[in-house]
Amino acid sequence: MSEIVIKVKDVTTKFGKHVVHDKISIDVKEGEIYGILGGSGSGKTTLLREIILLQKFQSGSIEILGKKIGQMSYSDTIWLKKNWSVLFQFGALYSSLNVLENVSIPLIEYTNLPKEVITEIALSKLKMAGLKKEATYLFPSELSGGMKKRAALARALVMDPKILFLDEPTSGLDPVGAENFDILIKEIATLLKLTVVIVTHDLHTIEHVLDRFCIIYDKKILFQGTLDEAKKFKHYAIREFLKFK
Amino acid sequence: MINFDIIEEDKQCTIKISGKLTKETIRSIYPKIKRIKEKFFLIAKVDCVGLNSLDYAGALILADLSASFCEKKSSVIVIGMNPNFKRIMLFARKNLRQKSQVVEIKENFFVAPIIKMGKNIVDSIDSFVFFLSFLGESSLQFFRILLTPWKFRYKATAVHIQKSGALALPIVALTSFLVGVVIAFQSAEQLAKFGANIFIVDMVSISMFREIAPLIAAIVIAGRSASSYTAEIGTMKITEEIDAMRSMGFEPIVFLVLPRIFALLIAMPLIVFFADMIGIAGGMLVAKSNLGISYSEFIVRARDVVATKQVLIGLFKAPFFGLLIATIGCFRGFQVTGSTESIGRYTTISVVNAIFWVIVCDALISVVLTEIGI
Repeated sequence: MSEIVIKVKDVTTKFGKHVVHDKISIDVKEGEIYGILGGSGSGKTTLLREIILLQKFQSGSIEILGKKIGQMSYSDTIWLKKNWSVLFQFGALYSSLNVLENVSIPLIEYTNLPKEVITEIALSKLKMAGLKKEATYLFPSELSGGMKKRAALARALVMDPKILFLDEPTSGLDPVGAENFDILIKEIATLLKLTVVIVTHDLHTIEHVLDRFCIIYDKKILFQGTLDEAKKFKHYAIREFLKFK
Repeated sequence: MINFDIIEEDKQCTIKISGKLTKETIRSIYPKIKRIKEKFFLIAKVDCVGLNSLDYAGALILADLSASFCEKKSSVIVIGMNPNFKRIMLFARKNLRQKSQVVEIKENFFVAPIIKMGKNIVDSIDSFVFFLSFLGESSLQFFRILLTPWKFRYKATAVHIQKSGALALPIVALTSFLVGVVIAFQSAEQLAKFGANIFIVDMVSISMFREIAPLIAAIVIAGRSASSYTAEIGTMKITEEIDAMRSMGFEPIVFLVLPRIFALLIAMPLIVFFADMIGIAGGMLVAKSNLGISYSEFIVRARDVVATKQVLIGLFKAPFFGLLIATIGCFRGFQVTGSTESIGRYTTISVVNAIFWVIVCDALISVVLTEIGI
């Protein structure tokens, strides 16, 4: 069995009186592509934000790469942040920097590589993410939605993270673009041996990319496992969600 | 950590790499790589037997090196690389994109300033044309509203009167009070020399009513409301709320601009009158403490020397200032495009513009009033 890199245990989240998660537990194994699924407003993104230290939760524990949230020193959190990266839903590129600078900035801040090497790595990651050469020196406001996503993926990959978090990577892309993006993610994850956590409700992604997934339904984890296991699981919500015939 | 040895023999070289070739170690060997890249060999052997750690950055360096050898038609032989590293190498090689392949638009040192100047001129012309069209659209919508007054957004106007008027009173009070005190202080000393103590009343009240209070109030409101109008409308533009309104047939001018303009048109005279009173109160305080003029003496004298027209002139300016501030604030908000950065830029521009045009307007009114002898 491969090692567990993210362990969420009995996490409860409330916004005021509104309960979002009620004691949910999931675990993500090393090297797998894991999906967090659920309908709109089910708290998928909230769970992702809790894992990446952007959101507080009321009770329970989250352990990531052997570090427990809430018991980490500052240097631990920095170490973690160098070893994971996040692709936000709308790219979240820095609007004052051009594409190349956006991709280079983690390397500039965290390594002592010579400038030419940084540029070379950044350009290569941009190619890997499938961004056209012509877009290299454009600013985020001049990019289309799909190009923004690709540039943001390049930025997410530039530090060779151990874990890659993707928040709805295919939303806002055309079907062909989304499919290509799925293939790209799968290819990169296999080649670079990444652990990938994807928040999604794209059926194509679920079918072709994910190794394992969980479904958040009615504040709880309704299901965790592979697609084949889900097919055997007889719950109308799952059948409806995954559109099984 | 890393050993990177180069053995050169005539037209052949052997590169021996051992240890870790990763982001952390590349810097130390990079000069060597750069040097060897420029040379020519018939055969380049890369010995990776001792290599025990390779990340993407390292693989990319090797891929780039072998690509530059291949370009010069040397044959590259890689030995002893484990299959895992080979896969990363292949992947890096596939994704290699050299800087020379990417065209960067470089600015010419001498021509750049001229290009920039040209761009600025074109931008200001564009901006002026946009302002005219904004003004035109606003006027058009205003006349439409005149025909259908029940469509005017009274509630929004009231909200803006509260936000930009009522809530600004404390800061307006503080500023005009302090300015009143300062004017009184400065003149008290001079007037005492001539024994003309009582003239402080004329000094403070006439200057306050006619010039100082309207200007101070306008500057505070410009800093407060022009900026918030620009930021509010600019953010709505970026989040496509303005487009959403347009697509639903809600005129942004009617919903956003007219309420703000009317709010300041109504609020400004009231704020100015408030500033008048507080400023003169500041003067009174100093007159009492420094020149021994009692409050009642001050007020009686003020009634005698301050003509109603002085007060009215000050109040007459206020709506113009309000109109300027609100129009500039809204207009700059509509100019925001694309990035969050541009919100900041246009907010700054809007405050600077608003204050500038308030002062220009004040000067114009002064000149005109003096010419016609009021």
